[in-house]
Amino acid sequence: MALTGLVLVGFILGHLSGNLLFFKGPEVLNAYAQWLHENAALIWTARITLIVSVIAHIIAGISLTLENRAARAGGPAVEQTRRASWGSLTMPYTGLVVLGFIVFHLLHYTFQSVALGGQTFPLASNPAFTDVHAMLVAGFSHSGVSAFYIISLALLSLHLSHGVSSTFQTLGLRNERWRGRLDVLAVAFGWIVFLGFSAIPASVLAGCIK
Amino acid sequence: MVKDNHSHSAEHVLNLRLRVWRQRRGQPGAFEEHALQGVSTSASFLEMMDMLNEKLVRDGKEPFAFDHDCREGICGMCSMTINGMPHGPLPGVTTCQLHMRNFRDGETITVEPWRARAFPVLRDLMVDRSGFDKVIQSGGFISIRAGSAPEANATPVPKDVSDAAMDAAECIGCGACVASCKNGSAMLFVGAKVTHLNLLPQGQPERDRRVLAMVRTMDDAGFGNCTNQGECQAHCPKGITLDVISHLNRDYLGARVKAFFSSTGKVRRGGD
Ligand code: HEM
Ligand code: SF4
Ligand code: FES
Repeated sequence: MALTGLVLVGFILGHLSGNLLFFKGPEVLNAYAQWLHENAALIWTARITLIVSVIAHIIAGISLTLENRAARAGGPAVEQTRRASWGSLTMPYTGLVVLGFIVFHLLHYTFQSVALGGQTFPLASNPAFTDVHAMLVAGFSHSGVSAFYIISLALLSLHLSHGVSSTFQTLGLRNERWRGRLDVLAVAFGWIVFLGFSAIPASVLAGCIK
Repeated sequence: MVKDNHSHSAEHVLNLRLRVWRQRRGQPGAFEEHALQGVSTSASFLEMMDMLNEKLVRDGKEPFAFDHDCREGICGMCSMTINGMPHGPLPGVTTCQLHMRNFRDGETITVEPWRARAFPVLRDLMVDRSGFDKVIQSGGFISIRAGSAPEANATPVPKDVSDAAMDAAECIGCGACVASCKNGSAMLFVGAKVTHLNLLPQGQPERDRRVLAMVRTMDDAGFGNCTNQGECQAHCPKGITLDVISHLNRDYLGARVKAFFSSTGKVRRGGD
């Protein structure tokens, strides 16, 4: 879970920094998207690493959850929680929502087959590429779609707020002195991911970016 | 949570309603309700249970079976989940060291056994903790030649190492960590034992073998997997921290890597 999770965290950082080019205007974002798609070796290495990591992460997560349910044998009649965080208690659920989100998101912007009304977005300067900026503005003009993105991102951030610190513990790289700091770091990372990604649908919905 | 802040204020008596788990081995169990009057706030939780049992015997009923031995917080036998909290509402104490002044008059108290697949109920509040014994048998020891006693200072132990090892050695093997864990995981217990022995010089020769064997035995005994929620630390009567789990993970990963790349032996040539 920890190693595959780290790969996904790395991807999220990369994807977030790429996405924020959205705010630098259509030329910059589209040039970046075009550069990515022209570097087939780069994009396919990243894609394959991601697919393998996502699948391994999900299989490990599901078997972990099932094994742990069985080991708990129903638990006590009265349940009391002293310190387990909300994020840690909801990991399987937030993980499944993020999985649903990723499927939708790929169909939405990678395959452009849902929630875009069958529209295509050829780039004016080179119709072989997509005008990613125009696609995002069109995609996020649907308030329902944007709301789904923002809610999923909030749950992803909750997932990360536990996962990022937990990774250090699993790898044996945490102690009582560092636990507090790493927990703060994980929560901060969650907020950065949430605010950074959500800024895109939010700004389109608010009409700041057209 | 009730604080032990008026611990030495005047003693008084409580009238309680108790919901206590009744179960025979291999059969389904259920809660039984009993009223108990006149419990002194100075009584320990186990003394309160003794009062209940004496009353049941007087009434011709069957007393509740529960584990206990030292009644001074060092043996690790007492094991009750009280209102959902292993060892009850006061952090840092065992059930035998929990006093009734931590409860209110008229309160309903729910008393259950440890619940985990690896700790099947033997009777009422007693569970079978032999899963822990198996873990200890698989690596919770050091092997020495038991000849004449060695000179006490022959093996120097740095102070910080001995302090950390002794902190881990405080674990009394009660199993509250498993009972409090949403995953029924024994990582705090196993981590405490591995940290204790793997830190000391005497534990070095068997260091890798120990951690690999103890983790395998722990998994085979049906304990769950740690998801780093920390409930164990919050319920451990001896204040063992997640540091020991981190230490266990570190030693386990190291041992796995070393085993993977270990030498495959000498090349055999002709001759014999
Ligand atoms: C507001 C937030 C987001 C926006 C605007 C966004 C935008 C995009 C766009 C435009 C693409 C397609 C790029 C292209 O093919 O040209 C893409 C691909 C992708 N996104 Fe996002 N994304 C967001 C959040 C996320 C999050 C939170 C995750 C994962 C947790 C994610 C996972 C992916 C994946 C796995 C791909 C496929 C990458 C590939 O094609 O290899 N996205 N995203
Ligand atoms: S680690 Fe704490 S809770 Fe777990 S067995 Fe040892 S003393 Fe009991
Ligand atoms: S009876 Fe020995 S620790 Fe409680």
